[in-house]
Amino acid sequence: MSSYAQKQGVGAFLWDYLTTVDHKKIAHLYFIAGALFFVIGGLEAMMIRIQLMEPNNDFVSAGLFNEIITMHGTTMIFLAATPLLFAFMNAIVPLQIGARDVAFPFVNSLGFWLFLFGGIFLNLSWFLGGAPDAGWTSYASLSLESPGHGIDFYTLGLQISGFGTLMSGINFLVTIINMRAPGMTFMRMPLFTWTTFVASTLIVFAFTPLAVGLFFLTFDRLFGANFFDVAGGGNTIIYEHIFWIFGHPEVYILVLPAFGIFSEIFSTFSRKRLFGYSSMVFATVLIGFFGFMVWAHHMFTTGLGPIANAIFAVATMAIAVPTGIKIFNWLFTMWGGSVTFTTPMLYAVAFIPSFVMGGVTGVMQAAAPLDYQLHDSYFIVAHFHYVIVGGVVLALLAGTHFYWPKMFGTMLNEKLGKVTFWLFLIGFHLTFFIQHFLGLMGMPRRVFTFLPNQGWEAANLISTIGAFLMAVAVIILVINVIVTVVKNERVGNDPWEDGRTLEWAIASPPPYYNFKQTPLVRGLDPYWIEKMEGKKNLTPAEPLGDIHMPNSSFTPFMISLGLFIAAFGAMYQYDMKNDDVFANPAAIAVFIIGLAITFGSMMFRSAKDDHGYHIHKEELIDDLDKGGKA
Amino acid sequence: MSNEHLNSVNPNDIKYRRKKNAEEMKHQVITFALMIFLTLIAFVAVGYDGFSSWFTVPFILLLAAIQVAYQLYYFMHMSHKGHEMPAIFMFSGVFVAIITVIAFMTIIWW
Amino acid sequence: MHAEEKWTAETWPASPERQTLEAKNKFTGFWIFLGGETVLFATLFATYLALKDKVPSSDHMLAKDIFEMPLVFATTMILLTSSLTSVYAMYHMKNFQFKKMMLWLGITVVLGASFLALEIYEFNHYVHEFHHTFTSSAFASAFYTLTGFHGAHVAFGLCWILTLMIRNGKRGLDLYNAPKFYLASLYWHFIDVVWVFIFTVVYLMGMVG
Repeated sequence: MSSYAQKQGVGAFLWDYLTTVDHKKIAHLYFIAGALFFVIGGLEAMMIRIQLMEPNNDFVSAGLFNEIITMHGTTMIFLAATPLLFAFMNAIVPLQIGARDVAFPFVNSLGFWLFLFGGIFLNLSWFLGGAPDAGWTSYASLSLESPGHGIDFYTLGLQISGFGTLMSGINFLVTIINMRAPGMTFMRMPLFTWTTFVASTLIVFAFTPLAVGLFFLTFDRLFGANFFDVAGGGNTIIYEHIFWIFGHPEVYILVLPAFGIFSEIFSTFSRKRLFGYSSMVFATVLIGFFGFMVWAHHMFTTGLGPIANAIFAVATMAIAVPTGIKIFNWLFTMWGGSVTFTTPMLYAVAFIPSFVMGGVTGVMQAAAPLDYQLHDSYFIVAHFHYVIVGGVVLALLAGTHFYWPKMFGTMLNEKLGKVTFWLFLIGFHLTFFIQHFLGLMGMPRRVFTFLPNQGWEAANLISTIGAFLMAVAVIILVINVIVTVVKNERVGNDPWEDGRTLEWAIASPPPYYNFKQTPLVRGLDPYWIEKMEGKKNLTPAEPLGDIHMPNSSFTPFMISLGLFIAAFGAMYQYDMKNDDVFANPAAIAVFIIGLAITFGSMMFRSAKDDHGYHIHKEELIDDLDKGGKA
Repeated sequence: MSNEHLNSVNPNDIKYRRKKNAEEMKHQVITFALMIFLTLIAFVAVGYDGFSSWFTVPFILLLAAIQVAYQLYYFMHMSHKGHEMPAIFMFSGVFVAIITVIAFMTIIWW
Repeated sequence: MHAEEKWTAETWPASPERQTLEAKNKFTGFWIFLGGETVLFATLFATYLALKDKVPSSDHMLAKDIFEMPLVFATTMILLTSSLTSVYAMYHMKNFQFKKMMLWLGITVVLGASFLALEIYEFNHYVHEFHHTFTSSAFASAFYTLTGFHGAHVAFGLCWILTLMIRNGKRGLDLYNAPKFYLASLYWHFIDVVWVFIFTVVYLMGMVG
């Protein structure tokens, strides 16, 4: 943080973050919010495992268990994993392409506040009558019948959150297309930027059907529509199709940026360029493309028929090919390189076998006949936790260590980091490996308890012990963070000493304008090129000049707040007891007020012209003289 | 037809640009006339009782697709230079759209 | 090049909607958004096709019973024409003719508002004549959601164009508002594209039976 920022009081500090449009600060916001939701999701996981520790347990009731499993999945996927990935994308991608911010800084901020208000709305359900309880997928027949407003918190909360994600997706796409530094062609972009690009494309095309599906569910539950109501001519399979047309690309939205983070880590800590760059790019695009053609493998047992099942089975297996290409390329990157086993590198090396295990069980499930046996069993639970935890969560933990200095200017403690790593890895495998066998032995998923003497007791107990190990690992990570923040030992621009890409060429954290002069990119791994020629800094592409910066604004917060308020109105206007739409005038008033705040704020934004401000080049020269890094 | 030349105060340039713009506008009006014509044919095809629905339905869908192509390429300038990225994203959207519609018309049973 | 410097017909650039970085970003971002909107309407169309004529009992009206040609023909002609008038507006913008651009945008808004008025009349007719309401059947829910989302987009587009006209009425053209007018006109063309599919798939196919 600049010396100016440290002189702020608490109020000014908070206001700065409430109104920021700086991608680096928005990254902090996503990181903290995502981490908080990760802890909440983790507590929900602990409660699941404690309940299932022994047969016929009564730690939680059946209804509460359903709410917990629903919220665990929903929170982890939508409110923890995605925002944490967005944190890294926001912090790093503009730096990697030599840009000074994203294409639409205001919309970037709006995306964050929409996500946060959506997530808060969803979690308020715990205190306002009960959380949603129809699974993170909220299938139509069950969710239509769910009493209370839990499901409405789900539909409205995720709808608001989803708008934010969609906006951020478009933002990253435009940034990467239009704002690359001179010399950075598409085929010179780092892999993390490429995976962000493909994942953002997936976001634009996958979150839209989700929004439609959520609208349909909202209309059916709160406004009397008949999309999924068989009595009215509706069809519940439509919901499943819409949900999984979103749901399958969603997992690639999660895993592709994770792959991107690992690509950066593998090349940095092998001191060697990424092996097979072109094939990595091609594989990423192929995975994104195929990701839209396999969704019905979540629906093999719904009766689509053998031809449909066969088509989707083959397509699903096909995705393993580009993924395998990536695995081999990572291994070949390490081969012959000078490898250092820092904490991020440990996570990366552990990711390879863990993710591959998850991947191969995926190919097993892709065989539709076998899936008839495995569907809705713990085998599936084991599979997706292996790919999500073994893929995405390991990447998030690795990225936390790897990008911490660039985001916060300090370094997390390596010793504590390695302790967290080992505890988490062992706990993860303990919890989920045994679940493959539980599934093969016939234990169904989403059950709040099981009967004794089926041979499931030991496995469930071991699974729970693993969960406790993971919890301890996370606690140690939190301690690591606290110790690092308190000690506040500042680091330089390239603390890992082997940075290859542009973000490592500027200060940690970068000045608010990122690059004093837009750099000239001379090839792949541009900072490495300069280093190999003995230069300390990047070659500039332009002379020193005035820099145009965007203004901060409180409007994104207001727009999001308005939708949050309106959601309450939309939910409570429906009288559940008497099946009466628009029954509650106070709720209708709240709905209108909320929308008025949102649209009023949007009009306010349109009415005043915001052209930003300029940093004059004299101020930039002063910064140089004071010894700040360029 | 891309109109991407440099700024200049040369009066000949503005005459040239005006002429080019007028030419393009003429093409737009022709496109519009074509669209009205296609729409009319579609309505007539449906109104006329002599055709079987096996002919009419694919026929009007084809007319719609042609009309949309005209809208995209002419009214929305997708034929101009600098529209490569927009074209990629629009076609990707159309790809996902087609898959979704086909799925809903084949693997939703009753 | 500052966005708000004073222009003349001679100095006005050839592609005013893409001259600044902000304009290029908005241009690219908007087309990507339209790609997303394509998928949005595709999902609504797909659902409509799956739920077409799905009603709880034979008391309910089906597509061939409700849709009539004259009204649909009128609304289609109006919306198609409004697309042409917005092209005229952009033509004048390219020629730096601010007043003529505003005139044609105004005509577009009037046509768009007429479209909406006719559609509201149409829905009112279905509700009172056939008891074809949003909640009466799956077919009805799907129909009203698809056409309703389209109508909402039309309404939003009208508000957008009107807001731009009011906000910039006294300013004349510059490189800050030219991209805004261009994007609003792109949006207007897109909702015409959607309408082409709606009148074909919903109304014409519905009347074929």
